[in-house]
Amino acid sequence: MGIADWIEIGRMDELGRMDTPAHRLDARAKAIVTLVFIGVVMSFPLHEISALTPFLLYPVALISLGRIPARYILKKILVAAPFALVIGIFNPLMDRQPVATIGSFVVTGGWVSFVSIMFRFVLTVGAALALVACTGMYRLGAGLEQLGVPRVFVMQLLFLYRYLFVVADEGVKMMRGVELRSDGTRALRLRVYGSLIGHLLLRSMDRAERVYRAMVARGFDGEIRVLRRSWFRWSDWGFVCGCLAFFLAARMWNLANGLGLLLTGIVP
Amino acid sequence: MSHHIVEVRDLFFAYPDGTEALNGVSFRIEHGGAVALVGANGAGKSTLLLHLNGYLPTTRGEVRIGDTPLTRETAAMARRAVGMVFQDPDDQLFMPTVAEDVAFGPLNAGLPPDQVACRVASALERVGMAHVRERPPYRLSAGEKRAVAIATVLAMSPDILVMDEPSSNLDPRARRRLIELLRSFEHTKIIAAHDLELVVEVCARVIVLDGGRVVVDGPTRDILNDEALMLAHGLERPHILRHSHPH
Repeated sequence: MGIADWIEIGRMDELGRMDTPAHRLDARAKAIVTLVFIGVVMSFPLHEISALTPFLLYPVALISLGRIPARYILKKILVAAPFALVIGIFNPLMDRQPVATIGSFVVTGGWVSFVSIMFRFVLTVGAALALVACTGMYRLGAGLEQLGVPRVFVMQLLFLYRYLFVVADEGVKMMRGVELRSDGTRALRLRVYGSLIGHLLLRSMDRAERVYRAMVARGFDGEIRVLRRSWFRWSDWGFVCGCLAFFLAARMWNLANGLGLLLTGIVP
Repeated sequence: MSHHIVEVRDLFFAYPDGTEALNGVSFRIEHGGAVALVGANGAGKSTLLLHLNGYLPTTRGEVRIGDTPLTRETAAMARRAVGMVFQDPDDQLFMPTVAEDVAFGPLNAGLPPDQVACRVASALERVGMAHVRERPPYRLSAGEKRAVAIATVLAMSPDILVMDEPSSNLDPRARRRLIELLRSFEHTKIIAAHDLELVVEVCARVIVLDGGRVVVDGPTRDILNDEALMLAHGLERPHILRHSHPH
């Protein structure tokens, strides 16, 4: 399968166009809540795991309310996982302080922080993907602009998104060309790959130029305009306030621990 | 003031790498005319088209849309008057749905939402693509994409339609539909094409470019029937003329 199937070009756009309770929320409301969510998750101490678990509720709620296939989001998280792995992988090597023992296995501080980093990664990336999937990139961009994010940044974001597909498209075509002339074997020399990537860059730049040309020809002046402007309704206020209250509570008290104690009846 | 007239006077253009693409091109196209720009690859057709809406700045010579010379200041006006359909519809369709793509131009022109919706509906209706309005553009067939690309431009209600290779990648039926569609437009049309059969059917006048110069400018049938002239400039006498005997 080619790269196109792998990153599933356009699937995100399709999901973003659905009409569900999560999609009907104002883009600004979802953007604010998601940003706060990421900030709060990141603010926990390095070795925290259990207190983070209640935060799983937010992306899961968004995904299920938005009827987004969870498999799709999980696959996307896996694609990005190597980046988090690289960040966290050295922790177990650096921090060998034992913090607990499970049977004969000694858990070091490094492993705990590694798991914590991976878990935060799943939470934040999952929430961001869920946000895009149940808002659509263009509406999200317009929402950010309404929130007062400088237009230059919004444009950067939208073009990055748009050209990701463009580059992938060019890449798919080039790989097809390579496959057809390489006797079915994929073992190419490094030098060839260097040249391929250089060509990919040049082709993508040409393509980007042509897309931009077409946008300018239709009066594009740097401002994104969308057909459906959205308004902040009561449900949006409810969503924002409810989520923020939950985040605050989960940040201040370890809800997982509390629930565990409550269920086992050992209330201190 | 009429925007339907396009006039190019002594236009020169060289790309930054020194390639001279245009070497003194001049012509005038009146209201409602349908003109084909033909010429071999690298003759300067695409470069010329990019001057007509001010995408490439005029460095030497002049382009006039209606009565207004095209400058950096008047480029926005020119882009409303001149609708440009590019060669590859994939470059032109970049929004998540067909309807949003068609709405892109009118929204940029600052029209109110109800009027935009109206324009989108009528442009899609005009090219027979109303049924794909909620579909993502990259899922359409080549013929549908081309029709939608034309609709995106029609929605801006331009006075002049400029097209680069409108029939490329189309199957015979889609190409036939395109020809009928083009013939039904009352806009001033400027079409750069290698498809000379299409030129014969759609355009009354032909401008032959070679080496960035206008070689000849005149009635389509006279020029395209001139085998020696055609061959000398990397072209070919179209079959449609070989088999018909008007004289």
